[in-house]
Amino acid sequence: MTQLSGHFRLSRGTFLLDTAFDSAGPGVTALCGPSGAGKTSLLRCLAGLETPEAGMLRVGDEVWFDAKRRVFVPPQRRSIGYVTQESSLFAHLSVEDNLLYGSKRLADSARRASLDDVVDGLGLKALLSRRVTNLSGGERQRVAIGRALLRSPQVLLLDEPVSALDVAGRADVLRYLRQVLERFAVRSIYVSHDLREAARLANEMLWMERGKVVAQGNARDVLTDVHLPFAELDEAESLLDGVIEGHDEQMGLTRIRCADTTLWLSQVDAPVGSSHRVQIAARDVSLALSAPGAVSILNVLEANVSELVVAPRQPAQMIVRLDVAGHPLLARITRKSALALQLQPGTRVWALVKSVALAE
Amino acid sequence: MNAALDLTPLALSLRLSAVTAIILLIIGTPLAWWLAHGRSRFRFLVEALVVLPVVLPPTVLGFYLLQLLGANGPLAWLWALVEVRLVFSFAGLVIGSVIFSLPFVVYPLKGVFEKVPRPQLEAAATLGAGPVDRFFSVAVPASLSGFLAAAVLAFAHTLGEFGVVLMLGGNIPGETQVLSIAIYNHVEQLEYSAAHALSAGLVAFSFMVLAVLHFTNSRRKVAL
Repeated sequence: MTQLSGHFRLSRGTFLLDTAFDSAGPGVTALCGPSGAGKTSLLRCLAGLETPEAGMLRVGDEVWFDAKRRVFVPPQRRSIGYVTQESSLFAHLSVEDNLLYGSKRLADSARRASLDDVVDGLGLKALLSRRVTNLSGGERQRVAIGRALLRSPQVLLLDEPVSALDVAGRADVLRYLRQVLERFAVRSIYVSHDLREAARLANEMLWMERGKVVAQGNARDVLTDVHLPFAELDEAESLLDGVIEGHDEQMGLTRIRCADTTLWLSQVDAPVGSSHRVQIAARDVSLALSAPGAVSILNVLEANVSELVVAPRQPAQMIVRLDVAGHPLLARITRKSALALQLQPGTRVWALVKSVALAE
Repeated sequence: MNAALDLTPLALSLRLSAVTAIILLIIGTPLAWWLAHGRSRFRFLVEALVVLPVVLPPTVLGFYLLQLLGANGPLAWLWALVEVRLVFSFAGLVIGSVIFSLPFVVYPLKGVFEKVPRPQLEAAATLGAGPVDRFFSVAVPASLSGFLAAAVLAFAHTLGEFGVVLMLGGNIPGETQVLSIAIYNHVEQLEYSAAHALSAGLVAFSFMVLAVLHFTNSRRKVAL
């Protein structure tokens, strides 16, 4: 898998991007952070759409940019696919001609993705002869993704490809996107201000703030890092990878094996043995010092407290990071409860999980 | 007065307008692109220079061109070297018309070039298209209305030109005597019906051209 590494210094007015980064992948790397953090600027530097004042960029064994040696490979000679928030389809071309624009400009030997595969993977068959001006937002983004994939890129750069869409369009495009990212196994950088959305696609995650990459790691570790602002949000959550164990048709429940225990969730339509990611919202996790007796909650996990902090902007709340057989799990409780339970790093607790859902 | 209407000036005017429009599209397109997307600090100077023919009396422009292109001008050695005579010749008229009508080509083109969405140009770059490729595969198709407007305006504006031609080309039948000059001659000689025939023809033709232009533009919903 292609490794991307380098550093950039780019000033635009009062904004300064000044960061090093190093991402080995594999698969999808999410680039997250609040708006204005410099995610898009960093992505544009990777694409060659911005020329930083200083820095360098190495992709695989090629150098695409080196300010000191005055190397700058222009975008048209970088092996990239680039998809933006607002689709930039060519209005004078049909869907099919849009899709083929990039692959036409490739040498035959460099053309790995085929039109049929891309059309199939993104469900574009019925759109091929349409004009792009009368496509829906979601359809336009699917075409834009297909056009980028047909460039057979070494790196696919996705800049908030679904954030301009409505909820239905978003779910639709994400479903197709996940499907083709898996199918073409293309190294991707996925920019999003929505950590939850990014975490569903990504293995690795970079967190940016004020023009710098400030944290990096496995998606589920970054997501549950109590020192990053995400853990403090109301929608803070943990992700666990698991395998479907079985279904209880009568009760309408599904059993999934993750973090060395079995969790119950509302029955899902997924075959036994298939791998899935589950999400557990931090506010749905309560803690007990001893194994609870008769409770209505189905999912009770043994865990150790690994870290706990007061939520910076909500001083009545405490964010607790637990270790469940090596997997991080976030819980949000009141500071009053944390005091009453005398929670410390290392304290043995039982996590009562009110609701588990598949992360789709 | 009763002689058949001599249509040579009309043919000459049409030829001058066509040649001028073609040359202007060739020169004006890169210039307009540079004005729309260039990054030079000195763009404003070039821009002022391009608009100058709009505000200057054509006689001023014609006078200086006469000096510049004439046998006693600063570039006389050059004209002698390449053995062309630019004043009182068709070639001289073309040069004068090109300068005179330059803004009428550059401005419509600059307008449409500025509206070519930058994300589309960037997308084309990331899809492997170099600058020239991007221009022809993305910018030109998005700017067709501007090219049409520029060509029509250059043609029509040259057709109606008088002052520059008079200063630069004189009044040589078949060589520099264009339609507007011929009309002037007819009036001087009190041949009003001939002047009328040519003038009315010019009015009708110009109106028709502009009407067609605005019709196509309203259909394309592109403002000039």
